[in-house]
Amino acid sequence: MLNYLYRRFFYMILLFFLLSIVSFFVIQLPAGDFINTLAVRYVQSGRSVTPELLNNLRHQYGLDRPMMVQYFHWFWNFLHGNLGWSFSYQQPVAKLLGDRVVLTASITLLTTIFVYLMAVPIGIYAATHQYKPGDYFFTLLAFIGMSAPSFLLALILVMIFLKAGLGVGGLFSPEYIRAAWSFGKVVDLLKHLPLPIIIIGVSGTGGLTRVMRATLLDELGKQYVITARAKGVSEIKLLFKYPVRLALNPIMANIGGLLPAIISGGVIVELVLSLPTVGPMLFQAIINEDIYMASSLILILSTLGLIGTVISDIMLVVVDPRIRFVSKE
Amino acid sequence: MLEKNKQSAATAEEKYYLASQWQLMRQKFRRHKVANLGLAILVVLYFMAIFADFLTPYTAEERFNTFSYRQPTPIHFVDTQGRLHWPFVYGITQARDPNTLQMIYKVNTGVHLPIRFFVHAQPHKLLGIIKTDIHLFGVDKPNGIFLFGTDKLGRDVLSRILYASRVSLSIGLVGVAVSFLIGVTVGGISGYFGGAVDMFAMRLIEFIGGIPTIPFWIALGAALPRNWSVVQIYFAIVVLLSLLGWGGLARVVRGKLLELREYDYVLAARVSGVGEGAIIRIHLLPNFASYLIVDITLAIPGMILGESALSFLGLGMRPPAVSWGVMLQDSMNIHSVALYWWMVIPALFVIITVLTFNFLGDGLRDAADPYKQ
Repeated sequence: MLNYLYRRFFYMILLFFLLSIVSFFVIQLPAGDFINTLAVRYVQSGRSVTPELLNNLRHQYGLDRPMMVQYFHWFWNFLHGNLGWSFSYQQPVAKLLGDRVVLTASITLLTTIFVYLMAVPIGIYAATHQYKPGDYFFTLLAFIGMSAPSFLLALILVMIFLKAGLGVGGLFSPEYIRAAWSFGKVVDLLKHLPLPIIIIGVSGTGGLTRVMRATLLDELGKQYVITARAKGVSEIKLLFKYPVRLALNPIMANIGGLLPAIISGGVIVELVLSLPTVGPMLFQAIINEDIYMASSLILILSTLGLIGTVISDIMLVVVDPRIRFVSKE
Repeated sequence: MLEKNKQSAATAEEKYYLASQWQLMRQKFRRHKVANLGLAILVVLYFMAIFADFLTPYTAEERFNTFSYRQPTPIHFVDTQGRLHWPFVYGITQARDPNTLQMIYKVNTGVHLPIRFFVHAQPHKLLGIIKTDIHLFGVDKPNGIFLFGTDKLGRDVLSRILYASRVSLSIGLVGVAVSFLIGVTVGGISGYFGGAVDMFAMRLIEFIGGIPTIPFWIALGAALPRNWSVVQIYFAIVVLLSLLGWGGLARVVRGKLLELREYDYVLAARVSGVGEGAIIRIHLLPNFASYLIVDITLAIPGMILGESALSFLGLGMRPPAVSWGVMLQDSMNIHSVALYWWMVIPALFVIITVLTFNFLGDGLRDAADPYKQ
């Protein structure tokens, strides 16, 4: 088992390295650089712009060095917790991101928990009540959840909330926005979190409910279930002892795909709801060609997604004895 | 009579055993009511996209400068006195709110605008060939009929939705076609050669599958040059969506190839001297074509959602091109959504389209599964 985990761990490090390359170079793709954006701003504010000035600025920011040098410089610093310099804010990226990354990570984690807490019981209910009204109801709900993109859901819910006269947007009440962290601020945050968590979690919940229902139905039709029932095992024990445990396997394996989807949906929902998280920050950074900020954010988000794969690997080892035994040999 | 019944039962059973794989699938699919409904709705949606220029009263860019943000006007058959009429819409009077200076529109039940069918309006080319200026419906000028209201620039939302569906609905198909090509190639090579090639391809797919798509789409979308034409942007988005979307299809192709190539009938074919290409084409591909169709159907909604998300953020299709995502850009501002709720109608079209594709895919999956009754 350890051997298996070591192997997976080594593989994760390789993936992280690859992700850093992709994150860095994808951001370099747009034509021009931040200095061009800056030059436009200078011209607009009436300052004279000479090629020498621009070249000096490029040199100052290290933008005149070869791409590979820039990449290694950034990546080496990233590993040491230095996320680079934000051109548009004229501050270190790490300082700007602090709370935002924590908030995004918490939203992602809570959404994942929400998805599992909803999907597993609903999936079990739908499978044990196949073709009954409850099953049809949840099936329809799951399909709508899968089909409604999170940003549209956010728009529609925002509209409903506004019509009902409720406030939306943000994660904090006005009095807490600039306040330091305190117990009151955390409570305030918890009050604002449900809306974004539900919006981001809906599509994942729909998908997982479908998977849970389908795999459980497969298991329930098998002969060992019929045998156990014939021998008089109580329905509850029969359901939870084997079929549900087996049906949880694909659900656990799914977290590797679910987490990137939640992060991805989160970015756009955060933008629509204008939350103080990384979503809006990333969007602005990409538009402004604030390359270190954008690359660091993309790498952080993808790394959060990678953690999903790590968790699903560990969970599978815990849940599925077959993996434990095979890797022992 | 009894004799006859028996006979027909026998032939029905015989028919069942003699039916080809595809006939069995079609029979099973017909029994899946929701999937059939989905298919019907999709046919209607694509039909509307193809004949958009005839079905809409106006073009996507036609502006009614005086009718900015006018609310939708429902069609009436009965007037306020309870008398039955030829279908009509009420006229609208407009005034400015003295306090907010906002334009207010009031329904004027005194004015009836009867709906005319096959009216002459803007000329267009039906199916790109037939030159005509006939539109399905409209009202007498200078009044307008806006069943879904108008947007900020006074353009008819209904007409724009139908024109937009051309981009939104086709991008799913084109995107899946490109993903399919990449997926079949990589999956085919991976499954056929196995070993190190397979290992590498699988890791690559896993890698792409673990990437959160939207941040990368935003980054790639921002890289599209501002001066590209609508067509260039359209295909760039197709490539962009496919780039991260081919993994699932490749995995299916590879899995099925690995499974099938061990089967006895493949060995039999090989022993009888059938070439490798022919084995793949004649014996393997038809065997999992049904699974491919299912996966293709289920991949289309992802593409449609991707395009609308990108365009919504202003990084995909951009005006003058119109897609559902482009239309939703106007509702990015939460306060305009609260005032002008009909700006969100394109979202319903996105949801309905994606929902029906999911229903259709689900029905196809059940139909393609030979073990399912």
